[in-house]
Amino acid sequence: MKDKNIPAIEFNHVYKCFPGMKTDAVNDITMDIYDGEFITILGSSGCGKTTLLKMVNRLYDYTGGDIRFYGKSIKEINEVDHRRNIGYVVQAGGLFPHKTVRDNIATVPKLLKWDKKRIETRVDELLDTIGLDAEDYRNRYPRSLSGGQQQRVGIARALAADPNVLLMDEPFGAIDAITRTALQAEVQRLQEKTKKTILFVTHDIQEAFKLGSRVIIMHEGKLQQYDTPDKIMLHPANEFVSKLVSADDPIVRMKVISLGAIMEKVHGDIDAQGIFKSETSPVEETLPIFLKDRSKVIYVENAAGEIAGMVSWNQIANIV
Amino acid sequence: MFSDLIQYYLENTSKYWSYVATHITISLVVTVFAILIGIPLGIVCAKLPKLSGIITGTVNALRIIPSLALMVLMVPLIGIGRFPATIVLIIITLPPILINTITGFLSVKDSIRETAIGMGMSAKQVFLEVEFPLALPLIAAGIRTAVVEVVATTAIASYIGAGGLGVLVSSGIGYGRVFITLLGGGSIAVISIAADLLLEGVQNILTKRMGLVE
Repeated sequence: MKDKNIPAIEFNHVYKCFPGMKTDAVNDITMDIYDGEFITILGSSGCGKTTLLKMVNRLYDYTGGDIRFYGKSIKEINEVDHRRNIGYVVQAGGLFPHKTVRDNIATVPKLLKWDKKRIETRVDELLDTIGLDAEDYRNRYPRSLSGGQQQRVGIARALAADPNVLLMDEPFGAIDAITRTALQAEVQRLQEKTKKTILFVTHDIQEAFKLGSRVIIMHEGKLQQYDTPDKIMLHPANEFVSKLVSADDPIVRMKVISLGAIMEKVHGDIDAQGIFKSETSPVEETLPIFLKDRSKVIYVENAAGEIAGMVSWNQIANIV
Repeated sequence: MFSDLIQYYLENTSKYWSYVATHITISLVVTVFAILIGIPLGIVCAKLPKLSGIITGTVNALRIIPSLALMVLMVPLIGIGRFPATIVLIIITLPPILINTITGFLSVKDSIRETAIGMGMSAKQVFLEVEFPLALPLIAAGIRTAVVEVVATTAIASYIGAGGLGVLVSSGIGYGRVFITLLGGGSIAVISIAADLLLEGVQNILTKRMGLVE
């Protein structure tokens, strides 16, 4: 199933037109999503982003083109089996109010007819993963949980049967800013650990850029741009994208663009001494340093801890 | 008057208890049938909104007719006795169960239903695991209303020969012996209240077990 060359999800000229509507909700979308990618789908309401997501687990059927799941057209897969293979997270957790935390999390394992013991073990394991005490929370009903806790349980429920792909439909839309930041960090950590393929719909630009390894920008059913946050910010595909992400705003640019995208690459071993930053750090992190001394040089490290490049004030000045 | 009542009861003890038994039997049979008809019909209505208008309209129209008038109207069609009375009582008892079932199913949020489907539940599983349990507290409330209604209305059914405690009520009026009416009416009230309390308990256990209240 996990052939690196075959996209996890492949959209091929996909159209969706709802009955009685004159315009297509989704208009000619072609794109590939690879295993382990964290993709955010960004757009204002009515742009077709949720429609795009719901076509992946066939809550909506596309009216043109094809969607392939690990190489196989999803219309050729039994839709119920297909959905059990995909984790689904919705706004505010979407928990079943009449089921306990345990039974909510056990939903898909039960559908897959796991034995009782395996389900119990899995539920406790997941409660541990999302940081809720199993003894305390297992038998509680969603009503007695806070919004953030409900959303955590919603994520645990989606992960229960260990699916490769997670669909998240504005999961943090109804959650207060502080809890949202914590949940975003948790999802990020979870993704780094488990390497799930995540499709995450949001209308929050910061959230899209913070979480997405690549970002899909939608407008009026059409794909505007599909690229890394750095590339979108440095080279917005059109006026719409530029305006949406405030690509002209130097403050926003510094928050989004990473050092890796603007550094001067260096090759081979260098004996660097001084200040080090990760290539994924946003440019704004260098600001306190350069504001004190513009002649400083900052070394940029890659994930392996090797020096990949250098950044000086000139590169910063170029992008702001 | 109270001593008259006691004396009457002592002289007619077995007759009194047979009236009570008949009354409860009719009420139970009617309730069971109203549930068996009302819940499935309500589910069909909730799933097919087009049909819903026709069915609820008909049922509500029947409800406008006073119970006694409806019974009298039915006599030429199905005669008198326990069977026709039961039919009329079912018609009268149906609306609260039917309407609460419809409301119960319509109150299940589309987002919850969609989430259940999105997680891979079949249509049958969505119904059994999500829709029905969530609709159940409202359905139970409907049954409770219906039971109280049927216990009271069964009294009227004695006019078309159904028997039960209504016989005491009407014969008391007929003979001008108020205490007999009082005995019948009081007993009906006691049964009503007892049934209501019992069902309230069941309803509470139900909603609590479903996690719908704290």
